[in-house]
Amino acid sequence: MNIERLIKMANDIGDFFNAESDKEAASIGIRNHILRSWDPRMRREIIDYCEKDGSALHGIVKTAIDDLARSS
Amino acid sequence: MSMNKEQDFGTPARNASTLVNLEIDGFQVTAPVGTSVMRAAASIGIDIPKLCATDSVEPFGSCRLCVVQIEGARGMPASCTTPVAEGMKVVTQNKKLADVRRGIMELYISDHPLDCLTCSANGDCELQDMAGAVGLREVRYNPQGQNHLNAVKDESNPYFSFDPSKCIVCSRCVRACEETQGTFALTIDGRGFDSKVSPGQNEAFMDSECVSCGACVQACPTATLMEKSVIEHGQPEHAVVTTCAYCGVGCSFRAEMKGDQVIRMVPHKDGKANHGHSCVKGRFAFGYATHKDRITQPMIRKSIKDPWQEVSWEEAINYAASELKRIQASYGIGAIGGITSSRCTNEETYLVQKLVRAGFGNNNVDTCARVCHSPTGYGLKQTFGESSGTQNFDSVMKADVIMVIGANPTDGHPVFGSLMKKRLRQGSKLVVIDPRGIDLVKTPHVKADYHLKLRPGTNVALINAIAHVVVTDNLVDHDFVHQRCETAAFEKWKTFIADPRHAPEATEAVTGVPAEDVRAAARLYATGANSAIYYGLGVTEHSQGSTTVIGIANLAMATGNLGREGVGVNPLRGQNNVQGSCDMGSFPHEFPGYRHVSDTETRTLFENDWNVILESEPGLRIPNMFDAASDGTFKGLYVEGEDIAQSDPDIQHVHHALREMECVIVQDLFLNETAKFAHVFLPGSSFLEKNGTFTNAERRISPVRKVMKPLGGYEDWEITQLLSNAMGYPMNYSHPSEIMDEIARLTPSFASVSYEKIDSLGSVQWPCNDETPDGTPTMHEQSFMRPSGKGLFMLTEYVATQERTTRMFPLILTTGRILSQYNVGAQTRRTENVAWHSEDRLEIHPHDAEDRGIVDNDWVGIKSRSGETVLRALISERVQPGVVYTTFHFPESGANVITTDNSDWATNCPEYKVTAVQVAKVSQSSEWQQKYEAFSQQQLELLEQGSHHA
Repeated sequence: MNIERLIKMANDIGDFFNAESDKEAASIGIRNHILRSWDPRMRREIIDYCEKDGSALHGIVKTAIDDLARSS
Repeated sequence: MSMNKEQDFGTPARNASTLVNLEIDGFQVTAPVGTSVMRAAASIGIDIPKLCATDSVEPFGSCRLCVVQIEGARGMPASCTTPVAEGMKVVTQNKKLADVRRGIMELYISDHPLDCLTCSANGDCELQDMAGAVGLREVRYNPQGQNHLNAVKDESNPYFSFDPSKCIVCSRCVRACEETQGTFALTIDGRGFDSKVSPGQNEAFMDSECVSCGACVQACPTATLMEKSVIEHGQPEHAVVTTCAYCGVGCSFRAEMKGDQVIRMVPHKDGKANHGHSCVKGRFAFGYATHKDRITQPMIRKSIKDPWQEVSWEEAINYAASELKRIQASYGIGAIGGITSSRCTNEETYLVQKLVRAGFGNNNVDTCARVCHSPTGYGLKQTFGESSGTQNFDSVMKADVIMVIGANPTDGHPVFGSLMKKRLRQGSKLVVIDPRGIDLVKTPHVKADYHLKLRPGTNVALINAIAHVVVTDNLVDHDFVHQRCETAAFEKWKTFIADPRHAPEATEAVTGVPAEDVRAAARLYATGANSAIYYGLGVTEHSQGSTTVIGIANLAMATGNLGREGVGVNPLRGQNNVQGSCDMGSFPHEFPGYRHVSDTETRTLFENDWNVILESEPGLRIPNMFDAASDGTFKGLYVEGEDIAQSDPDIQHVHHALREMECVIVQDLFLNETAKFAHVFLPGSSFLEKNGTFTNAERRISPVRKVMKPLGGYEDWEITQLLSNAMGYPMNYSHPSEIMDEIARLTPSFASVSYEKIDSLGSVQWPCNDETPDGTPTMHEQSFMRPSGKGLFMLTEYVATQERTTRMFPLILTTGRILSQYNVGAQTRRTENVAWHSEDRLEIHPHDAEDRGIVDNDWVGIKSRSGETVLRALISERVQPGVVYTTFHFPESGANVITTDNSDWATNCPEYKVTAVQVAKVSQSSEWQQKYEAFSQQQLELLEQGSHHA
């Protein structure tokens, strides 16, 4: 999968949930959205990217992906 | 089978609860107040002769044929314009009345061609019927006298002819155009003997404002306005009630047949979505079903560079299945998937998703709603708990304020557009939120109170600004919010939306909409007794499509405009079965009824019924499939009824993905654009060739009934079943009703739906179960569908799209559709509808055109970051400066060469509505268009080389 596209998708999801002032809730929202709507191969790739680099992910998105990695 | 002609009661029904009792010809009758004597008589089987009256338009009282005598009343009143009254005693037949009627008919016939035996209306002519009914035996007037018998025919419309020599000037056509359609294209020109029906200013029909809806033809009592198909083939001999296969209105039609040939499609008076009205597509554009381009033999080929080879069904199905199995063995179980379409029936989409989940063993199934209304599904599910609109269409007739956002009902949903215009003519207020000046902004007897002409891509900022005014002006319906919504979420939203950054004055710089207009529109919406929102793809097809849907839901909840007639949140679905295809579990993360695949209870239910272990992880969405194909992990695709190679964004990326696949199976009517990349072609069946159901934008499940045999031999659901069996997953349905029974068994909102019920009620709106056995016209009346029963406010921060204008790409391109064409045009391009729209054009504002030296009809190149195409320019003030617009009905236009891969954050619905472009005058087609033409030509030659299609 095109990792740039996955990064953009993840950051776009982050932009929506970032409106939430409770950042822990926002992070959970991002994680759950990805968990419930992304095919596992897409999740594996974004987790892999996050673990190896992750610099292009917005802060709260990186937190959510880290959380996703732990729960996978 | 027979024609089962629909009864004409002469005047429209009245819905008053107060009833009156009267006597007609000695019989007691009870009728609602306001009912005409004519209708009351018809209700007990007494047909009073009539010509100018028909129950689709208000009574007019001009022909005087329907005169009656009423005890105690003077003279002979017209029964069509005389309302019933308590104790009234009416006589409809006596010698005096008969003499008057015969005299009237004699006058009519004195100026009418006496060519009944060769007339196209012979057998279906009210004038002929009335002559018989009144016992006309002679015409005493001199046939050489002044008359209209030599009036010239107007044959300009491709579907109907206008023969004024047969016109009796009853005004039914004029009134139908006004009352039913709301176009006001017809008038009676001249006075007295010179009176005549005139399209526009004495123009030909095709040169007038006529939109060819057919209402005038249907209303005409003679052969004056007549379908050319009837003139050519004669009167139909039987009729079958079915549902239109075009837009999300889902009009009910009588397919009037002669043998297995459709003579005409006539809108069904009892159709609850359309009440006997139609548009140019559903009424006339059915000829594609028997077009010479139909492919009726299965075909296969190893490579897309090979000629097609016609094979038997068995060989095609076995080849397709073996290829899919080979791919799974080589690349993994998730390397294949399926795409279904909103042009398919519920039963077909259900079977495709079942084939993928149970037969392919993964969840890689998606539908074209991905690229149109998937944000509706997400946004309304989150806030209201159900992925659907809240009302029926008739609800608009009780709306006091109508807000239309990113929708163009008169073009995209014309029959509902006419109903909306009827309500607007009654005085309902109108707010239009759209970058373009759509027809509704100013059309005969309708003018928008506010047209908020926002910049494309700023919907969320504008909806937030409206909500800000509602909250800060204290216009919130606190009772509704307190009783019906989650309090903590509302309080959080209230604080969020009241922030000054959402004030109209702050958002004006972003949206371009003057703050005072936003404030006024917000107050109008919030203070209307009943305010209803109708929205379309101008809301969903954005990077923040889901956010806008959520914002709209917030607005409706905050103002209490939910849970009753006249209000609500109403997504106008693009294609006929968008709602249904989503309901049927076509999304990769949801089973039928919008239940997540990870939900163990639901999965177990399906596993037990389908006798298979199901995948608990979501599958690939359509754009993800393309990415995975380009990445080499997705190699096989089964596409039923969808043309992804034309309709999806960033088309060069889509074409690359299709080329990378090893087995693309296309099931369709024609060698569409996707089929040019295919290895297996399975001939599909049109809506006339199969049984099933469609679910329209108001959740109405309506019957689709077979009126002719499938040209390819099988109905689409049968083909999916063959493929499933060949894949090793057994399916053994003998009729689609059995598929619906299974859907009902497994889907709580469909629990009481059956073909028997649909046939008895005509149609039914889900939820339809034990609690609501006759369906649900209005959703969320007592509580929302969320687990808590409460509505959920969500925060909707505006995030600008990443598609920005620059010096290189200074204009914003937005796309849409036109009345006469439908989606990718595969159907309507193969009909006479091309007479209205034969090519996609680029609408550009005069200022932008002048800056670039462009005049009308110039060829212009439109270049974006994704690609370039060339169209002819149409200079138009419908678009604002800085914005250009085109339709996408012709593949060679390449509208989706330009669109980008930006998509909605929640659902990946493409951002079709915002693409930064530059426009310049050019002298030749684009490089892409030249390549497309060469490729397309090559594929047509490969078709010719290998097949002998019908």
